[in-house]
Amino acid sequence: MIASGCTAGAERFGSYLKLATLATFLIPIVGFSAFAQENSVVSADSVAVATVAPVTSLVVEDYRYDDGENLALTWVPSIDDQPVGGKVVGYEIFQITDSGEPEKIADVLPGVSSFLATGLHAGASYRFYVTARAETSSAPSVISAALTPHREWINWGLWNLMLTALVVGGSVMFFIETARRGHELFVRKIAGLEAVDEAIGRATEMGRPILYIPGIQDMDDVQTLASLTILGRVAEHAATYDIRIRMPVSRSLVMTAARETIKAAYQAAGRPDAYNEDMVNYVTDEQFGYVAAVDGIMVRERPATVFLLGAFFAESLILAETGNSVGAIQIAGTARPAQLPFFIAACDFTLIGEELFAASAYLSGEPKSLGSLKGQDVGKGVAMVAIVLGVVAATLYALTGAAWLQAFGDWLVAMFTIAS
Amino acid sequence: MRREIPLGITIFVGFLAIVSFFSPPLEGLGEDFTLFFDIIAVFAFFLGGGNLVRLHLTKLLKKKRDWGFSVVTLVGFFFMLAAGLFKIGNPGDISASVTAQGSLFATLYYNVHLPLSSTMYALLAFFVASASYRAFRAKNREATVLLLAAFVILLGSTPFGQLLTNWMPGGIDILEIPNLAVWVMSSPNLAGQRAIMIGIGLGVVSMSLRLILGIERTYLGEDRG
Repeated sequence: MIASGCTAGAERFGSYLKLATLATFLIPIVGFSAFAQENSVVSADSVAVATVAPVTSLVVEDYRYDDGENLALTWVPSIDDQPVGGKVVGYEIFQITDSGEPEKIADVLPGVSSFLATGLHAGASYRFYVTARAETSSAPSVISAALTPHREWINWGLWNLMLTALVVGGSVMFFIETARRGHELFVRKIAGLEAVDEAIGRATEMGRPILYIPGIQDMDDVQTLASLTILGRVAEHAATYDIRIRMPVSRSLVMTAARETIKAAYQAAGRPDAYNEDMVNYVTDEQFGYVAAVDGIMVRERPATVFLLGAFFAESLILAETGNSVGAIQIAGTARPAQLPFFIAACDFTLIGEELFAASAYLSGEPKSLGSLKGQDVGKGVAMVAIVLGVVAATLYALTGAAWLQAFGDWLVAMFTIAS
Repeated sequence: MRREIPLGITIFVGFLAIVSFFSPPLEGLGEDFTLFFDIIAVFAFFLGGGNLVRLHLTKLLKKKRDWGFSVVTLVGFFFMLAAGLFKIGNPGDISASVTAQGSLFATLYYNVHLPLSSTMYALLAFFVASASYRAFRAKNREATVLLLAAFVILLGSTPFGQLLTNWMPGGIDILEIPNLAVWVMSSPNLAGQRAIMIGIGLGVVSMSLRLILGIERTYLGEDRG
């Protein structure tokens, strides 16, 4: 028992001895290894100061759908381009023309792996290389093959918009032609426009003027153009009933165009003698200066009817509330959704968005103009169908998880999204 | 010819603008047309200024009703014009910017024009209150819905709205007033706005085609298309 115990103790001691011996050898080795590794890192650093790895896989491609003035460069960044402890401090992009010397065209930051070379000429060929730059060294990439930027005459990236424009534009033209051939077209009643006669009649009865405000934008805004077309109809009625029109404007070109419109309307009504140039007067381009002037006119002259038709901004409610306070019947309309609630709250009738553009066609009653409204309805129908299909697809996808439903939904979104 | 030339220009420029949108080599044309417009608008400004002076001078000379306002307008117009044109009180010489700090023009702009504009803008707060009062009266079913929606949104934007309904359990927390306010804004309100925007987009297309095709010519001073 004692012997066996001694043997076991001796064996355990032997094991400890072996371990100690092993440790005696291992500790210096590990220590040396660590020392060597530390030194090797230092050594690697000292090498990195001297060199930096270049970028690789430099690819130059023609930039699609441009005037032949851009080429797109992509590359794989240098392996020394690291977010932490990286040696690359930036990249320099060089361009070589047919006969020229390399010319630096841009500096880009570390981490960037693409660049759009602009201002090129269609027909000329270009080569590029990218230099990875460290603190004290740099490494150029391989020079790319020569490439010539091509000019594309049609941007096929906008095919969906082209298709939509063709469908809507084609429908408008089709219905204009249909109306021209004598087909009767039904157009729903628009309350705000039905009230135009009533509003003019009220001014006649009260013997007070009509105040017409065409918004505060210039002739390059389609809302101002829409407003002037309505002005033509209103002025014709005003001329017939011998009512004074007062039209302060905030743009000189609108003043000139409005005068022509009113003059033509008075001639059409057989009252050219009643036309007076001072019906339209310029006030100021300044937004709130204009508002102050118009409010003053409203308060002093107390018009029976106020038309607020065109592009309005923050002044919409100030004008509409002042008109309301003087007891005028007010017909407003704008295509700015943010201003519509103010007009709805403060005016008697409001033309909401598209109704402003439909007004001139509606008031004229001409078949060709009414035909364009029917074409517009086709566009609305397409939008409605697309929305319903999209909603159904999204709902069914949420319930079933079918991939094709998601793909269909994505296709619908892409169909109505303008590619950048 | 007085109508045909402008109409021809409208048709030509209109179609070119559409084509330029889809054709990369022509895409700069839109900006060029805008530049042409700006140049024309600058010349037209003389017409506007001339009209303003003539109208108020006539009113003043004939001592028409409220001619006192015309005096203020003319004095303001010419004083500001002289300050800008002759660079009165500019810290630098004549080559210095007209809006340089310390110039009479800048002084008038910052101390007279801006406060007056801000005053007009500030009136909006009172007008919003009076218009809201009229709009939110529960006259009919639609106005009642509008009133309720406005009430939820206004209350949901305040801490009080949160305090009122934050006791609701997780399953029905959509009914908490702030959540209801977010839902009203992001669902029915946004859907309505988008519907209006789609209508506006189509309306613009239709109106533009009428102008480009020469069907709508009233703005040229021609009454019948």
